[in-house]
Amino acid sequence: MSDFAFERDGTAASSAPRRPRASLGSAEAEEIFASFDPKILRRFFAFLKPHKTYLILAQVAVLASAATAMSIPFMIGRAVDAAAKRDPSRLDDIVMVFAGLVLLNAGAFFLEQWMSARLAQKVIFDVRRSMFSHFQDVSLSFMDKTHVGRIMARLQGDVNSLQEFLESTTGALGDLVLLIGIAIVLLATDLQLGLLTLTVIPMLIAVRAVWLPFSKKTFRRARDASSTANSALAENIQGIRTIQETRREAMNFELYKEKALENMHAQNGSAKLTQVMVPTVDVLTGFAMAIVVVVGGNAVLGGRLDVGVMVAFIFYVQRFFDPVRMLSMQYTIMQRAMAAGHRIFEVLDVPVSIKDKPGAVRLGPDVEPTVEFRNVTFGYDPKRPVLHDISFKVKPHEVVALVGPTGSGKTSIMSLTHRFYDVDKGQVLVGGHDVRDVELESLGHVIGMVLQEPFLFTGTIEENIRYNTSATLEEITEAAKAVSAHDFIMRLPEGYQTRLGQRGRNISLGQRQLVSFARALVADPKILILDEATANIDSFTEQAIQKALKVLFAGRTCMVIAHRLATIRDADRIVVLQQGRIIEEGPHDELMAHEGLYARLYRSAHASFDDATVAATGDAEFAMRT
Amino acid sequence: MSDSAAPSFGQVDVKAMPGVLKRIIRLALHYPGGVALAIGCSLGSAIASLTLPKLFGHAVDQATRLLSQGPTLAEDARNALLVTAGLVILASTVRGFLTGFAGYVAEVVSQKVGYDLRIAFFQQLQRLSFGFHDRIHSGDLITRGMLDLEGARAFIQGGMMQTFTLVLLLTVATAMMFATDSTMAVIGLLFVPIAGFVLARMGFLLRVTWLKVQQLQSILTLTMEENLQGIRVVRAFSGKKHELSKFDRSAEDVLQYSYKRITLRFRAISVMTLSFYGSMALLLWYGGHKVAAGQISVGKLTEFLTYMTLLQTPIRQIAMIFASAARATSSGGRLFEVLDLEPDIADAPGAQPLKPAKGVLRFEHVDFAYDAGRPILQDISFQVGPGETIGIVGPPGSGKSTIAQLIPRFYDVTGGRITIDGQDVREVTTASLREYVGLVQQEAFLFDTTVTNNIAYADPWASEDRIVGASRTAQLHDYIAALPGGYETRVGERGVALSGGQRQRMSIARGVVPGPGIMIFDDSTAAIDAVTEKKVREGIKQATRSMATVIIAHRLSSLMHADEILVIDEGRVIERGTHPELIAKGGVYADLYALQTRTEQGGVIDDEAAPAAAPTVEAARV
Repeated sequence: MSDFAFERDGTAASSAPRRPRASLGSAEAEEIFASFDPKILRRFFAFLKPHKTYLILAQVAVLASAATAMSIPFMIGRAVDAAAKRDPSRLDDIVMVFAGLVLLNAGAFFLEQWMSARLAQKVIFDVRRSMFSHFQDVSLSFMDKTHVGRIMARLQGDVNSLQEFLESTTGALGDLVLLIGIAIVLLATDLQLGLLTLTVIPMLIAVRAVWLPFSKKTFRRARDASSTANSALAENIQGIRTIQETRREAMNFELYKEKALENMHAQNGSAKLTQVMVPTVDVLTGFAMAIVVVVGGNAVLGGRLDVGVMVAFIFYVQRFFDPVRMLSMQYTIMQRAMAAGHRIFEVLDVPVSIKDKPGAVRLGPDVEPTVEFRNVTFGYDPKRPVLHDISFKVKPHEVVALVGPTGSGKTSIMSLTHRFYDVDKGQVLVGGHDVRDVELESLGHVIGMVLQEPFLFTGTIEENIRYNTSATLEEITEAAKAVSAHDFIMRLPEGYQTRLGQRGRNISLGQRQLVSFARALVADPKILILDEATANIDSFTEQAIQKALKVLFAGRTCMVIAHRLATIRDADRIVVLQQGRIIEEGPHDELMAHEGLYARLYRSAHASFDDATVAATGDAEFAMRT
Repeated sequence: MSDSAAPSFGQVDVKAMPGVLKRIIRLALHYPGGVALAIGCSLGSAIASLTLPKLFGHAVDQATRLLSQGPTLAEDARNALLVTAGLVILASTVRGFLTGFAGYVAEVVSQKVGYDLRIAFFQQLQRLSFGFHDRIHSGDLITRGMLDLEGARAFIQGGMMQTFTLVLLLTVATAMMFATDSTMAVIGLLFVPIAGFVLARMGFLLRVTWLKVQQLQSILTLTMEENLQGIRVVRAFSGKKHELSKFDRSAEDVLQYSYKRITLRFRAISVMTLSFYGSMALLLWYGGHKVAAGQISVGKLTEFLTYMTLLQTPIRQIAMIFASAARATSSGGRLFEVLDLEPDIADAPGAQPLKPAKGVLRFEHVDFAYDAGRPILQDISFQVGPGETIGIVGPPGSGKSTIAQLIPRFYDVTGGRITIDGQDVREVTTASLREYVGLVQQEAFLFDTTVTNNIAYADPWASEDRIVGASRTAQLHDYIAALPGGYETRVGERGVALSGGQRQRMSIARGVVPGPGIMIFDDSTAAIDAVTEKKVREGIKQATRSMATVIIAHRLSSLMHADEILVIDEGRVIERGTHPELIAKGGVYADLYALQTRTEQGGVIDDEAAPAAAPTVEAARV
């Protein structure tokens, strides 16, 4: 490829790169382990509190199941003993007890696991719900700054880590009880033999403790390698059209092969580390069993020990490692949960800055539909205001068009009216009340909004138009008819019952716009704020939209961020904004007579406020967003 | 291939199971050495493992022999115990090493297969044509390449090798137990069929319910994601309560199904445990009485009890084996479905690289349809030579973009032909064709990497001068130079966010870099404001002075200077000519022009919004 390129490229080869300017995929890994933090645990237990009884019952089941599990090898030993001593009736009794214990164990085990798993699910449900609910309340400036993918990672991945922790905690407790119980039984049965065999447990713990940090590093490498390879694959799938068109197949294949190979090596590395534990444990267990054979056997020989005890020991020794392994796994899970918990509580701790103040006014249906800005100054970053000392008033049933280039503050005015943000200086009043003194929910019922990008939800068209109201299908159809959406809806395969794909991808942008108009009409707000779409819409739908706007505006107080001349001309009054300031204001004819910026723009065909700004300030449209 | 070909959610296609699993096993058998080694080690470990019960039996007998036979043999017994202990250590060691090694080798084999599958899948996706990628959603393909591939791979270790290990262990154990005492063998093995059945059923059902939970979970995910993406709508309508009730409904579904899974799982495990200990109780009772009657030694009883303990853990694996097989069936099915497809567009046998001469592009009576009976293009003919420009305009869905995509042969014509310098595009290699034809698409897909890497995408070896030159052509250089990291600034999801216009300009720069012979712009300036677009257009004119250029646009100002303009509607050319000719004609084009240069019906005050297509068409669409 490079040779061919140089033939056509007359420039000096000296500036050509030594390595291709190419990369594929990128993986971002969050810290997954954190050390124990009692604060997190405490906050976490707050979520368990409502289920206290359940929790206690589960703990009782844990104890019962550990106790019975512990006594099973002991009873086997007793049975063998009875058999060796040729005492059949005692043997029968012991087998009966054994059977009883086994039943008890199965029951307790079932209850223990069943209850703790259900509890974990329930608590996880609660945690996720409170996070989700919190996201409905935190200010939009937080939501603007945070990528949706990141929030989803909190809601999904982190919450799942917690679930894993919760589910395994009960089991881990059982393992701990079991380990201690076994040690006590062994020591109580025969101190010398018990001590000798138990030496293997600290060794197992030591081995595991050495192994753990190594394995964590290796496992992390394996995880990173796999997510790197997967992200490369995902990128290649998403960009496949560009890739085929630019013939990047071969280059991308080489880049991918490298990552797939690294992934394979990393996975093999982690397999090695997993498997190395197997012989280690087996050898140590072998030694413990050998001790039982020699020391126990000799004790039996010397008549100091019942043969049943020796048999019981053999069974105990074989089970030594299980609880050790489970507990060390639990340690890793706990670290993961700590990291996840950190992030979860970070989210829950985001303060809710915009909320009802005590005694907030509830806006009723009789509220006067006016909007007033009084000397409003506002910036998303208070140091860089986007609105400077804005004042204007919208009278009942007046239609006001906001006009101005990108970045002039139109959208901010709209957001402030609905109190998505709080002003830095001045006041925003709706129906004569400062929006900060009003119940947010009631504000939402008075003010309706149509956004520039019509956002629709997955679900039927009917559900989308009804959104959050209790409108009947009749009312919905009526609204759709009023905004000229009815005809196209009826032409869809299932009419109003047609399910919209993700964000309504299966209908055109113009059609989505019409559906969002119908949604606003059904909500029937007294004040309507509308951000006119800028995107290309085919001319026929465009005409339907213009007609629909007239229906929407009728009998309402309206603020419109307008781009189209037809919309602007229909407004009672036009507010011209530039760089966060009102530069002209008045009805169309007045502004034309005034011969200002508006008149100039209106007269020059194809001209736009954007272009004016580009000419004036250089590159305003391209203000960097990071 | 259609969606219905894939198994529906919440089910495992049992009929497909043998076929798919066999195919996965065949993939593993590409590494016969590894598989044989793993099986050999498993066998060795099974044997070593099953000598332990015998050794314990001996030890117990050696220790108890004295009780009956007096102290004379004490020294012998002590020595015998030492020997037994040594053998216990030896057997444990051998078992440990062989088990670990077998597990490692099996994992390596499965990772090799995983690598092979990854490579094959990746290559296949690059080979498959646009037609395929139009049908299958990218998210679906990513799932297949990640989760399904992993499901198929994991079967080798978790299904195939585990089955071998289990069968070996069970066979050897059964043989040894029956050789010792057949009644006790029967009692001791009683739990195996019960536990096997319960666990196999559980493994299978867990897989099925897992699919269901996944499905419900993805609904929940969608609910949450949409809420966050549409947070402004939610706030605008004060929809918090409404959204919370939506969340509760889907979260409750997930919860209920998870509860079902929990019950299913622990009920089965408890039954399995119970059957195991039940078997053991019987063995204790029956064997104990035989010991008491002096028919067998205490050692024999110990031996049998230990056999049972050793079998318990591997039997538990049956659940995982069945779950793994069920997962591999649906995953493997979905994966192989893609791997088995034949790409529609491939080089003809003996295809030669394109031999460019002057660079004349010709459409000769071209027809095209995605599916027969629904023609997209009919009888399209035009010619454009070096230094010439052809403009194509028409309403959405008229087939404009299809024309653009036919030229680099992303689809094949269904009638007529497309030639470049007289060579049919179907008879030259696609690589040489696509190298010669530069296409800038409407939706500018940018990669999550640096500005440089994006602009140099078609030619990663491009010199810096060329990259800067291309970004100047696209009126992007000043902006890039002002970025904190300049050309090394990262764009995309984790980098600088670009506006629609900037994205389009970057994709124009990317199209210009390789210096193609024919340049196609498919509505690729729609999001750029009018003034900048004019500059970009001049830049492009400079850069493409000697090339044949095809411009497809909504905005007439983008193509009014073309040497010829085609107006397309419903796949046909309805008007053609130069701008003055078409205006004079007073047809659709003239109407459209009038509409776009502000008439009573339309017009915009800022060019962020431009009404697009002819008003005379597509009435039925709305």
